[in-house]
Amino acid sequence: MGKSASKKQTKKSNIIVHILLIIGALAMVGPFIWMLLTSIKTVGESTQVPPVIFPEEIQWENYTEIFTSLPFSSFYFNTIVMTGGILIGQLILCSMAGYAFARIDFPGRNGLFILFLSVLMIPPQAFLIPQFFLMESFGWLNTLQALIMPGLFSAFGTFLMRQFFMSLPKELEESARIDGCNHFQIFWRIMLPLAKPGLIALSITTVLFSWKSLMWPLIVNNSMEKMPLSAGLAYLKGQYVTDYPILMAGAVLALWPVIVIFIVLQRHFIEGITFTGSKG
Amino acid sequence: MSSKPVMNKRKRKRISPLKRGDYFWGYAMIAPTLIGLLVLYIWPSIQTFYFSLNTWKAFGNYEWGGLSNYKRILEDPDLITALKNTLIFSVLSVPLSIAIAIFVALLLNQKIKGLSIYRTLYFLPVVTIPAAIAMVWKWLYTAEYGLINYVLGIFSIEGPNWLTNPDLALYSIIIVSVWMQIGYYMIFFLSGLQGIPNSLYEAASIDGAGAVRKFFTITLPLLTPTIFFVTIISLIEALQVFDLIFMMIEPTSPAYQDTRTLVVLFFEQAFKMNDKGFASAIAILIFLLIFVVTIIQVKLQKKWVHYD
Repeated sequence: MGKSASKKQTKKSNIIVHILLIIGALAMVGPFIWMLLTSIKTVGESTQVPPVIFPEEIQWENYTEIFTSLPFSSFYFNTIVMTGGILIGQLILCSMAGYAFARIDFPGRNGLFILFLSVLMIPPQAFLIPQFFLMESFGWLNTLQALIMPGLFSAFGTFLMRQFFMSLPKELEESARIDGCNHFQIFWRIMLPLAKPGLIALSITTVLFSWKSLMWPLIVNNSMEKMPLSAGLAYLKGQYVTDYPILMAGAVLALWPVIVIFIVLQRHFIEGITFTGSKG
Repeated sequence: MSSKPVMNKRKRKRISPLKRGDYFWGYAMIAPTLIGLLVLYIWPSIQTFYFSLNTWKAFGNYEWGGLSNYKRILEDPDLITALKNTLIFSVLSVPLSIAIAIFVALLLNQKIKGLSIYRTLYFLPVVTIPAAIAMVWKWLYTAEYGLINYVLGIFSIEGPNWLTNPDLALYSIIIVSVWMQIGYYMIFFLSGLQGIPNSLYEAASIDGAGAVRKFFTITLPLLTPTIFFVTIISLIEALQVFDLIFMMIEPTSPAYQDTRTLVVLFFEQAFKMNDKGFASAIAILIFLLIFVVTIIQVKLQKKWVHYD
């Protein structure tokens, strides 16, 4: 009898937990749903009180108008090139440096590692102005290289990969060394394939970070043809100040790729973040 | 470490070829990132410090100005307001998001159905672009047609001007920021909760402890390392808030002054007003602020963080 009573109790408390979670989930997803619904309404429908939930007729024109009035396909292209460039660069450079710090003995290693860590302490504002001058002096303003260049080098990514390589067993490389492999061969042939979870964690943080970056693109690329999505949205906002259906269509267009990637790779996202948390 | 033999010249000659190969690959593999960090991060931050000691003139010329930009930091009312806004934002958004994230993590750490769906939904705001989210919330906050004020109206509450009322706008933005962060911190707390051994709870149950007592004597103390980590990263983020405010509040808004944070002011001074000297001084101030806040937290951790 006691058991069934406590079972009833947990059932009851489970219902409360569900109710709380559902309220919270609505608050989390509600804004996205409202964004989607608004994006297919007319301006008139969007400003009606009480609000219209579903439009009488779906206004796909809101989406087509964005593509005709702004170079939105360039925004996509630039974002993908920027994110992809930074991602590939960091995967190669950070894993190489991370491996060297984790597994190779060389003079000055600790000092250099502290130098890397010190970069993590500096907020971006403290290097943005000179970085801007540097891009200017290269003649790189309004180019894709300017968007990619600073993102290629990451102290955080190096640190993350170092922590990962340190967690791998040493026996593997010892036998490879006896076979006469040098460190680069060991890194490339043995360690890198084992580092897949670390590389995935790094990829996720890098993609999220560069996809949403706003200030740097605003600084270096003011020509619309060379802007990524986030900076493009700032322009869209200036052009359609209160035309919320169009603004929401812009938000949908900017958000759907990351959301789809997240839903497909969910498990990796959560694991990746937990990993950066436990190692960072 | 192997750096010792190198100091000794006589031993240096005896470095085996294998070791020399190690050194070569060690340096070669960190070289690209090292050079990149030196050129694009370390040297620029030294330059920023130098710029902060210069006064900017027309056409981008500048001349030595000593501490004049720092004097201005102490006197400029805009800067003092921006500092105040930044601190209010950080002091409110960080504990709020952490508290809610812990609460959600506790709810999700039970054996109930649909866990992974809930987790996905709560995490959704994290994988988005703040620039886009800011537009969505600006729309929700609109006084006349906004969904939020409409819902409040159902309960016959007259909704305020969320983003144009100078006394309220900063708090409205804090709500959005908390909404965006909960899912991210929740993941850390979930993994922290999963690390707490079940045997502790069982032992406490035998002692007759209720849920509340279990939370305060077991869960919360064992979660303090996670809370410490999350506080550090979230404060660093909060002290640098920019995207949300830049996208939600126009310079023409009546609430502009009262929502302008240090980084927004930095951006404005550096790239709109072209006063890169003063902007550099603001950047140094932000650096010092983050540094001091982080050091204080590291020092204080002994008092409340439980490591076992």
